[in-house]
Amino acid sequence: MGAIFKREMKAYFSSPIAYIFLAVFYLYSGVYFVLINLNPTGATTDLSYVFTQVFTIIMIILPLLTMRLMSDEKKLKTDQCLLTAPVSLSGIVMGKFLAAFVVYLCAMAIYIPYIIVLYSEAGYMIWSTVIGNIVGLALVGAAFISIGIFVSSLTELQIAAAIFGVIINFVLFMIDVFASYVSWAPLRTVMISIGFYSRYVEFTQGILNITSVIFFISAVFVFNFLTVRVLEKRRWS
Amino acid sequence: MIEVKNLTKHYGAKKAVNDISFTVNDGEILGFLGPNGAGKSTTMNILTGYISSTDGQVLINGIDILDDPTAAKKEIGYLPELPPLYLDMTVKEYLNFIYDLKKCKIPRKAHIEDVCKLVKITDVYNRVIKNLSKGYKQRVGMAQALIGNPKILILDEPTVGLDPKQILDIRNLIKRLGKKHTVILSSHILSEIQAVCDRIVIINNGVIAADDTTENLTGRVTGVLRYTARIEGPREEIIKVIAGINGVENVTAEMEREPGAYDYEIEVKEGSDIRRELFKRMVSRNWVVLEMHSDKLTLEDIFLKITMGDEVKLGSTSVSDEDTRRELMDKVSGAVLAAEIAGQDKSEDADAQAEAENENGGEE
Repeated sequence: MGAIFKREMKAYFSSPIAYIFLAVFYLYSGVYFVLINLNPTGATTDLSYVFTQVFTIIMIILPLLTMRLMSDEKKLKTDQCLLTAPVSLSGIVMGKFLAAFVVYLCAMAIYIPYIIVLYSEAGYMIWSTVIGNIVGLALVGAAFISIGIFVSSLTELQIAAAIFGVIINFVLFMIDVFASYVSWAPLRTVMISIGFYSRYVEFTQGILNITSVIFFISAVFVFNFLTVRVLEKRRWS
Repeated sequence: MIEVKNLTKHYGAKKAVNDISFTVNDGEILGFLGPNGAGKSTTMNILTGYISSTDGQVLINGIDILDDPTAAKKEIGYLPELPPLYLDMTVKEYLNFIYDLKKCKIPRKAHIEDVCKLVKITDVYNRVIKNLSKGYKQRVGMAQALIGNPKILILDEPTVGLDPKQILDIRNLIKRLGKKHTVILSSHILSEIQAVCDRIVIINNGVIAADDTTENLTGRVTGVLRYTARIEGPREEIIKVIAGINGVENVTAEMEREPGAYDYEIEVKEGSDIRRELFKRMVSRNWVVLEMHSDKLTLEDIFLKITMGDEVKLGSTSVSDEDTRRELMDKVSGAVLAAEIAGQDKSEDADAQAEAENENGGEE
């Protein structure tokens, strides 16, 4: 797992992909930070709006970060090297997951200077909201990453992995919205409970709902497990 | 030691490998031979745990690859048909990655250096793999298999894409490795297998067609059956004289190879050695023997015989019979094989050509 993590980290930072990812994330959150929090007419220390907005962008750019993790291995046959090495399948998937997650944490690290700036200017912050936001963003990102890796394991085409990743993320985002149009109660309950957005918004309001924490962690496990199953199944087919 | 028991692999309805069993002993170099699509790579992929078998068992040094894949894989170094290289890495980064991946315990720097020296890639150590030539890539793949000093080496067509000098180097390397490691080597190039392996398993259409030592396999069908001599002198008379030698069954001379000299193809009874007698008779008449050699059946012939199944029974007749040969050639799927046979049969030029295709260079 360590070897794969190290290799993927190196691959991210020796190609433009990590830099593009970080640049887009920094730019997007930076724009909202300046417009909302540093607005001369109504500056605020409340970062919730910035975090809420960032949800939309990670939904789109995280699949770009994960698209080649599995698809390239299959296409270039380098999976033969991984799968014949004395490493478990879950070790392979976890190594890749952690690499993408660490890059994602690098992106999230931009909030450290934001918080420092706001705190030094205003001298006060609502810490529960800040922590809620950070935990929420980390969890939802982790879920998107494992979805991205899963989709990547299904195809040899990076671009297909990216597109399907975005579509799945988008569905998980919109499902809350659609739920309000569904009249049949059981279905509506299911739709609301698997939707990502309303759970995430809760975090941005500083509410640390333990079921939501468990929900996102389970999502990570489920999709990483599915990726392992895909690798396993390919050996048997 | 590798034990393969009743291995079967289905791809949908197609049986890629059908109930094959063989054993490779410690320190043995086993040649795995078969035409393209015979099931060589499938078998190797199963042995290394890359894919699973539909049925059957693989034991690597007594460990079942399905029961304890991690332990079994530790014993194996695998070079797949297409070397699994990360093109964006340098050779150094790649081999270090493999070292970590295999969780090696041997001192890192010295071990990687040794492996690089062994396959001669020290001069490209800091270059990005993407920019290397095919020969170098192949050798980096070889290095990857050797990292961690695995007891068993499984090499799927290791000399593809190398130049004749490199092929020789790799062959010598494999021979040297074979003293300490158990090696399975696949190829559709017969001379390669013949040059390196102690034992040969011939696989065709997913079943084992032959499993024997190289010597036995060649011995089963050899015994010199034909001599070719290039003699300068009057053609008709020479044929008459040769035909008079005891043991000669048939003499033909078709083409004038050099001014005044023909190649005489002399078929003899099995076991008759006519060379001395031929030489004496020619000398006594002042005809000059420019060349003389015996044509043993090569692995190509054996291979064709075996993979053609019932057409020619192993060890019973010679394939030099023109009709049988043509019939065989019609059935050969690979054009290369056809070229090889044509080469042996027809002319020296074609021979050289076929051997070039063999990537052999005729050095053995």
